[in-house]
Amino acid sequence: MSKSKQKGSGASKLPKRRLGQLQTPAKPSRRELSGAKTHRTRFSDQWQSYRSHHRQVASESLRRLLKRPLATLMTTLVISIAMVLPAGLYVGLNNVEAVSQGWDGAARLSVFLKFSVSDQDAQKLRQQLADRKDIASAEYISPSEALEEFRRRSGFGDVLDQLDSNPLPGVLVLSPTADNSSPEKIEALRDQLNALPQADLVKLDMEWLQRLNRITDISRRLTLALAAMLAAGVLLIVGNTIKLAIENRRDEILVVKLVGGTNAFVRRPFLYMGFWYGLFGGLLAWLLLASSLLWLSGPVKELAGLYNSSFSLLGLGVLDSLIMWASAAGLGLLGALLVVGRELRAIEPK
Amino acid sequence: MIQFEQVCKRYPGGHQALNNLSFHMPHGDMRFLTGHSGAGKSTLLKLIMVMERANSGQVLVDGRNVSKLPARHIPELRRKVGVVFQNHQLLFDRSVFDNVALPLVIAGYGHRDIGRRVRAALDKVGLLDKERQNPITLSGGEQQRVGIARAVVNKPKLLLADEPTGNLDPQLSAEIMHLFEQFNQVGVTVLIATHDLSLIARMPYKLLSLRQGQLVSAGGSHE
Repeated sequence: MSKSKQKGSGASKLPKRRLGQLQTPAKPSRRELSGAKTHRTRFSDQWQSYRSHHRQVASESLRRLLKRPLATLMTTLVISIAMVLPAGLYVGLNNVEAVSQGWDGAARLSVFLKFSVSDQDAQKLRQQLADRKDIASAEYISPSEALEEFRRRSGFGDVLDQLDSNPLPGVLVLSPTADNSSPEKIEALRDQLNALPQADLVKLDMEWLQRLNRITDISRRLTLALAAMLAAGVLLIVGNTIKLAIENRRDEILVVKLVGGTNAFVRRPFLYMGFWYGLFGGLLAWLLLASSLLWLSGPVKELAGLYNSSFSLLGLGVLDSLIMWASAAGLGLLGALLVVGRELRAIEPK
Repeated sequence: MIQFEQVCKRYPGGHQALNNLSFHMPHGDMRFLTGHSGAGKSTLLKLIMVMERANSGQVLVDGRNVSKLPARHIPELRRKVGVVFQNHQLLFDRSVFDNVALPLVIAGYGHRDIGRRVRAALDKVGLLDKERQNPITLSGGEQQRVGIARAVVNKPKLLLADEPTGNLDPQLSAEIMHLFEQFNQVGVTVLIATHDLSLIARMPYKLLSLRQGQLVSAGGSHE
């Protein structure tokens, strides 16, 4: 390292570093490359110094934000809250879908038997049905088993004890084979079952599932709409913050413009600022969401256990997390872009 | 280097700052721009820097008509012109070194180049030992010299100065003027706006005297 370079970096270690301060090179325009006589460098050098300039501007913007941690945290927090809402809804919906997915393929038919049907007859019928090609499995729940299960799960045991007789019918629970699970085939099967003399009522456990799917669809759209609105909010927050930052550095911008700073040069630190705000907001939102999910996962597991399910809460996957961070950073950058041009045009040396 | 052709500049509100002004200043020349305040000195300099634009007429800088220069080409022009301001326009949030380095950073020089050129410029104005100080700790004359170093660090062909000795005592003013002469001697075209007639009376350079936006004399200062 040459002596001059050492001294140069020494000089740049002064406490405050600002826009255009001993950071190398803004990207020279093509015109300069061809036209400037005072300064002619190889393109690879230009490209290298352009990149190192970007690195320096990026880290300088970052340092600037970290120097005012409280103000930065506030802005970041606002951004992250705006992001956590739609992201949380998205995760919630994913979970609802994951839960219902298990049921989707295996629609079940419950055949409620008449009270006159005995356990033996029911078992015979079960065997007959289980032998059918379009039925994968058939299970018989006798009235007493049903009562026992109801007592166990509902918590109405005391009430049930006061009843003279068992009010519950026997039920055959049928799962159609995968090939025969389409809504039309299941309906056809239901009609056949309804025609059985032993059957009192055939209930298709699919209607509520369809309703649930519609509700999930609607919720998904609502989430998108909410996300769009909150994204606009993030743009405004970042935009306004950048606007203030520009106003604070007005003198500096004027001088830079006077000595020939291009708009791109002046704009760059503010764009990086927006980028950092967005990224931090995204990271914080992710942390908030991940910790909320962690906090919820215990109770959800217990609840699932009560339903004899091994379901556990789905978090944000790697891809989702990356998308979340990238879109947050992108929003920050966009928010900065939206104000920077207009604000900087207004600051012209007079 | 600088050529004005029938330039008129009227500010919104009706003030006629320049009125049909024409003059030509060749390469390598050094001139003083004089006149009372309000005579149009600053406006003339601003037209050269494209901080303002003429209402009519042409302003040519280095053969290029800048009165119609698209905004995106303005930075390019300003990099070729060094300017010294009366109020220095230094940034007090950084060192002398970084103030002087600013035009080079903007123009895209590498670290090594910047260090070398900044020190050369600071050496020229005699402030090499102050490079790490904040300009706010310097005296008025020293601040002005930092401003001059910044104006010449990019080796411009044209150096403009707007009342560069405005706040300085005669001794310091003479030193500053001597600096400008030195730059002129190495081929830089220098145009200095000043109302300090006593200072320039002894100097053998041509005058551009403005009165109410018009040229009243373009003779030598001794005339």
